[in-house]
Amino acid sequence: MQKAYTNIIQIAGDVITVEAQGVGYLDIAQITCGRSVSLAQVIRIDSTKVSLQVFAGSRGISTQDKVRFLGHPMRVATGENLLGRIFNGSGLPLDRGPILSENLTAIGAPSVNPVKRIIPNKIIRTGIPMIDVFNSLVESQKLPVFSIAGEPYNELLARIAIQAEVDIIILGGMGLKYDDFLFFRETLNAHGALSRCVFFIHTASDPTVECLLVPDISLAVAEDFALKGKRVLVLLTDMTNFADSLKEISITMEQVPSNRGYPGDLYSQLAARYEKAVDFEGAGSITILAATTMPGDDVTHPVPDNTGYITEGQFYLKSAVIEPFGSLSRLKQQVNGKTRPDHRTIMDTMIQLFADYRQTLEKQSMGFQMSAWDKKLLKYGLFFEEKMMSLKVNIPLEKALDLGWQILADCFSPEETGIKLSIIEQFWPRD
Amino acid sequence: MEKKRTGSVIKVNANMVTAQVEGNIIQNEVAYIIAGQERLKAEVIRVRANQAEMQVYESTQGLKVGEPVEFSNQLLSVELGPGLLGQIFDGLQNPLPALAQKCGFFLKRGVYLEALSNQAQWDFTPLVKTKDKVLAGSWLGFVPEKFFKHYIMAPFMLTGSLEVVSIAPAGKYNLKQPIAQLRDFAGHTHDVFLQQSWPVKIPIRAYAEKIRPHEPLVTKMRLIDSLFPVARGGTYCIPGPFGAGKTVLQQLTSRHAEVDIVIIAACGERAGEVVETLKTFPELIDPRTDKPLIDRTVIICNTSSMPVAARESSVYTAVTIAEYYRQMGLNILLLADSTSRWAQAMREMSGRLEEIPGEEAFPAYLESRIASFYERAGVVRLYGGATGSVTIGGTVSPAGGNFEEPVTQATLKVVGAFHGLSRERSDARKYPAIDPLISWSKYKSIVDPKHQEKGRLILQRSHEIAQMMKVIGEEGTSLNDYIEYLKGEFFDFIYLQQNAFDPVDEATSQERQVYLFAFICDILDSEYKLENKESALHFFQALRQLFRGWNSAEYNSKEFEEIEEKITIFLEEKKIVKAG
Repeated sequence: MQKAYTNIIQIAGDVITVEAQGVGYLDIAQITCGRSVSLAQVIRIDSTKVSLQVFAGSRGISTQDKVRFLGHPMRVATGENLLGRIFNGSGLPLDRGPILSENLTAIGAPSVNPVKRIIPNKIIRTGIPMIDVFNSLVESQKLPVFSIAGEPYNELLARIAIQAEVDIIILGGMGLKYDDFLFFRETLNAHGALSRCVFFIHTASDPTVECLLVPDISLAVAEDFALKGKRVLVLLTDMTNFADSLKEISITMEQVPSNRGYPGDLYSQLAARYEKAVDFEGAGSITILAATTMPGDDVTHPVPDNTGYITEGQFYLKSAVIEPFGSLSRLKQQVNGKTRPDHRTIMDTMIQLFADYRQTLEKQSMGFQMSAWDKKLLKYGLFFEEKMMSLKVNIPLEKALDLGWQILADCFSPEETGIKLSIIEQFWPRD
Repeated sequence: MEKKRTGSVIKVNANMVTAQVEGNIIQNEVAYIIAGQERLKAEVIRVRANQAEMQVYESTQGLKVGEPVEFSNQLLSVELGPGLLGQIFDGLQNPLPALAQKCGFFLKRGVYLEALSNQAQWDFTPLVKTKDKVLAGSWLGFVPEKFFKHYIMAPFMLTGSLEVVSIAPAGKYNLKQPIAQLRDFAGHTHDVFLQQSWPVKIPIRAYAEKIRPHEPLVTKMRLIDSLFPVARGGTYCIPGPFGAGKTVLQQLTSRHAEVDIVIIAACGERAGEVVETLKTFPELIDPRTDKPLIDRTVIICNTSSMPVAARESSVYTAVTIAEYYRQMGLNILLLADSTSRWAQAMREMSGRLEEIPGEEAFPAYLESRIASFYERAGVVRLYGGATGSVTIGGTVSPAGGNFEEPVTQATLKVVGAFHGLSRERSDARKYPAIDPLISWSKYKSIVDPKHQEKGRLILQRSHEIAQMMKVIGEEGTSLNDYIEYLKGEFFDFIYLQQNAFDPVDEATSQERQVYLFAFICDILDSEYKLENKESALHFFQALRQLFRGWNSAEYNSKEFEEIEEKITIFLEEKKIVKAG
């Protein structure tokens, strides 16, 4: 039995300081406060003064409460028994099922040796042309959905989760609205996917600090599955809430803030989570899709900005469509050369023409005369938005490529597209 | 033998650990924290009375107050010797493939392996005789490493004139067998091995003089070589928002640049990108040597999820290895991706040290650190008369893509060329997304300076007209202006942009660039019979398509000549021949 300490000397924000000895950095402690027990984690040691962040929040903690150090870092149960289960941010059941304690794994394990990774090479088909054709999703990719409050980013995540061919889905919810949680559960259930899902849910009404553990727990469980050869898809929503919790703790700890109050190590903190996405040589893989809401639709806000530098691209969800500009899958080149020989041509040409269309729209809105070329572009733009961009479209990649050629042929003559002659000869639709 | 100095942990704050020390403390010396079975490497970064504040190169999870600390008396150093080429190290020069063999999938903390394998035997050939006088850095002999002569040099740390007391005969030696003895002016003799070590944060200065970079370094990227060139021994930076293609640019440069050795420092970036390099380089053949690219590459990788303090040291490790090979008279290109992550690592430590923050919480010494890093580039004349160079190209990842931020600004002050990437160009799928309107270079181009100037002017003019057209519309623009605009667009599309996925177009040789640029300049200078804007647009669209095919035809092949002829005929038809 570990010794319990009762000498709490400071409570500030959700951080308490207790006098104790022989405590390891990042170890977990239990705080007994009245009848409830809360978990806390050591975040600083200064000789005998040990500071802990209390996951359930510090409200109601008395300076005489008992702090018992467990002598190990945060751990989570892993394995098949978790499937179909729902837990909170500390890994405790929310679904009236039993508490699990098998195969305990420490969270935040060391990072993967780069030489043991393999180059991602498997496309994940989603049935969404804006993803499959223009920004293919690849197994083991880490990709955020940049969005603003009110956009259907959770719907998009759920839809990808259902259609993607993966073995296991892990949902890490941070500051998730209860309705959204129910939405995920119902949608996955309706498609018979619930039995291969694990939920770690921190809802908007839970104490803020608790959400700090959600990505680590979700990814530790995912890593265990992946090492056993499973292909795991991890959905994290919403990482901005995670970053805000980091900010809260670092301000409480009186750290010098770097940018809009966020701690200087925000990049490293986010990277430590996202870099868990991996394709193991000779085992399974982890793919991460994360929602990142951008306060004020500002992509230069520190959270989306740092995220963009870490992840392998991003989907930019705006006005309920995946915006072709600003969206990017960095790994698409690994897979889109192997699908169909015209895939890259369609991808490049259609986007370039769509960019021209946007310029023409600008010109039109300023009241300039529309040339014949402009009129062609306007027609093309409308077709593109309606038949390709809309999230209602649900067609396989090959159909989408055929559709692309059709749209081009309906609007332009071959040389206007700037496509190489050899490709035109092979693919331009003849009627 | 000096008594080992020890201490014990009294504070833990993330990767900063404070120890109470008995005896003296050396600033920046390496220390080991003994946590149970594990020895965690750390570096002293501040001394206060008898307390040493250290940055730990590992995760500090589970560290306890009272755990012992051992001090090593040595600054953070790297091992230099044959066997570096083709290796993949972490920021502390741990060989990652060997680590994977030992520890499996994960980077277990506290495991440090020998950077250079002592198993290997090297075929040594001496170049000096006993009684010869040499200097630190003089070539004493060489061993073959891959396809290079790897010179074994008198240790850099020795000073003054040195006399060769003994030199080993030709034969096979391992790294730990002495191959020579040198006597310094004070009469001390020093053993020389195939391997020597050097503290990473101190530049190697064993050369006669530093000279001004004058030769262009051909990267085979048309936009860079023709308009914004880099010189051998020069420095350049590539700032850009995320997704603008910094890393793709670096990767292609590492493949095609005309240098002897490329050192890739993947500093705090994605592991996936490093994986791509290290899995593809053994298979890619360097056209100039017919050997796999990996044979002339050293990869230092400290990716974003690896410990932050080691990220800070990784760029120094990389530049020290670059300087070492430069001492052999080779041309080295160091690609650092990304220097912002390195700066952020400094910021993290500075925050934990509770230093007074500068702009955006970066430490006040940010500028001087960046400057002294880039200043390690250069062309040097060695004592033997040969020259060697280190060229440094660093990417910068400015927060929010805003070039006004401290790291970009500090970098711009010290580099010789600036390749600014822009979001607009990358959104329009223009590769490379280097914005010709904001970029600059102080080095000499491979093309005629008059042509270079013309290229820049036409882009400038075209951009101005495009801006004007946004206001007054196409109908308000004169036909001549409109043609100027189209010429600029055409130049941009078929010369500045390259198709990174076309095996021919992705790399253009110097010869081809000079030829092509002159050809295009002629087009830009000529006038054509174009009745109206519509026909002008069609003319340039058709020309563009012809050039596209030309760009992906092998230089001087039959296909190349055929397309050239087609283009010439096409142009002649519309060309207005000026009288006289």
